[in-house]
Amino acid sequence: MRNVAPRRWLLSVMAVFRKDLHSELRTRYAVSALVMFVITTIAIIMFSLGQENAPPEVLSGMLWVVIFFGAMSGLSRTFVMEEERGTSMTLQLLAPPSAVYFGKLLFNFVLVTALNIFTVLLFLFLVNGFVVQAPLVFILTVFLGGCGFASATTVIAAIIARANTKGTLYPVLSFPILLPLLVAVIDATKSAAEGAPLDQVGGVFQFLISYIVVLTTLSYLLFEYIWKD
Amino acid sequence: MGLRITLGILLTLVLLAGVGFPLSPHPQHWYELPVIPGLEEKARLIFFHVPTAWLSVIAFLTSMYFGIRYLRKREHIDDIRSSSAAGLGFMFCVLATLTGAIWAKFNWGSFWNWDPRETSIFVLLLIYGAYFSLRSAIENTEKRATLSSVYSILAAVTVPFFIFILPRITSGLHPGAKGDPDGAGPVVEFKMSPNMRVIFFSSLIAFTLLFVWMFQLRVRAAKLESEQ
Repeated sequence: MRNVAPRRWLLSVMAVFRKDLHSELRTRYAVSALVMFVITTIAIIMFSLGQENAPPEVLSGMLWVVIFFGAMSGLSRTFVMEEERGTSMTLQLLAPPSAVYFGKLLFNFVLVTALNIFTVLLFLFLVNGFVVQAPLVFILTVFLGGCGFASATTVIAAIIARANTKGTLYPVLSFPILLPLLVAVIDATKSAAEGAPLDQVGGVFQFLISYIVVLTTLSYLLFEYIWKD
Repeated sequence: MGLRITLGILLTLVLLAGVGFPLSPHPQHWYELPVIPGLEEKARLIFFHVPTAWLSVIAFLTSMYFGIRYLRKREHIDDIRSSSAAGLGFMFCVLATLTGAIWAKFNWGSFWNWDPRETSIFVLLLIYGAYFSLRSAIENTEKRATLSSVYSILAAVTVPFFIFILPRITSGLHPGAKGDPDGAGPVVEFKMSPNMRVIFFSSLIAFTLLFVWMFQLRVRAAKLESEQ
């Protein structure tokens, strides 16, 4: 199964991705859950802040709290859906495990990036005192943060779907794995809000990239064991 | 039997030396420990706290090792070994957290202040917690073994990010963190005189043997339980 021609493998990755995208666009389950979640949480933050201007350190932490729980409410969908509809067996027959993994990873990456952009825009427009002085650092942080979220949570979504727990365990299992990423992105967001130059945040970006590479590789290696019955 | 006797003797000696050896500002005899400014009597904790933390990491790696073996060979015994090691690791992780928190209260002024090392041990606790909640959520034995093995491997890979990288890019209070005047080296090189080092390393060996012994016991007990 592993020695499929690269071109065919890439085609099946894209096929899995397109299938997920279509079924998502048809029901809009994950997207509406994510959007409503983000709006609710930001509203709560705004109510609790009132007219006060919170310092940027606090707000950059809050931004990632919203993103973390938002991601937790939507990213497990791709795998849980397969189990609920009973389509995972068919998918096992039709595509090699690595293609399924990368297709879903790509889908989750698109989903989490959309979520990040939406959350960040709402934050920038609505929350008083959240000003980004170094836009490039901020954009890179949000992008790499999205990659990291997708690479760490996709494999855990697969575990969750297999364990038939439907998401109660999802944040519990994801949090320890995501914490190095969260600490690093919150740190970088703070620096971006304070207007730090790019080379000062370079260490954090190296850390993020190595984290993404390590977790994606490992997920690819382990996915077969989760996926196959 | 030999293991138990060696372990008993070694642990007793470490305990006596670690607690009993007097401190003196200018050590003259082999049994006198130097006074470290700012730590004084509290420096003795290093003989017990660091080995417990070390053990919880060793247990974690053991659990991961047997997890990998389970995925390769699919033998139920490896899952028993993996979960037994994780159970022991969890216990020692709690011990390391508690001893560290008590020490921090008297040295840094509060039980908990999110120093990078405290964060990393907290995450280790969370990982163990997540591992056991995952195990308890799955009924099927084979599925439970496979998924928890995969999870322990995944979690094990993020641990180095915490223990070795994060404390060194963010500053903190714990010896060996970034900003420590003696440099961000491993904690072991931290201002220890030769006799302290002997006690420290014997303590590490003693705790490792303790782990081996307890691990064997637990595996035997778990095996009997699963055969019933």
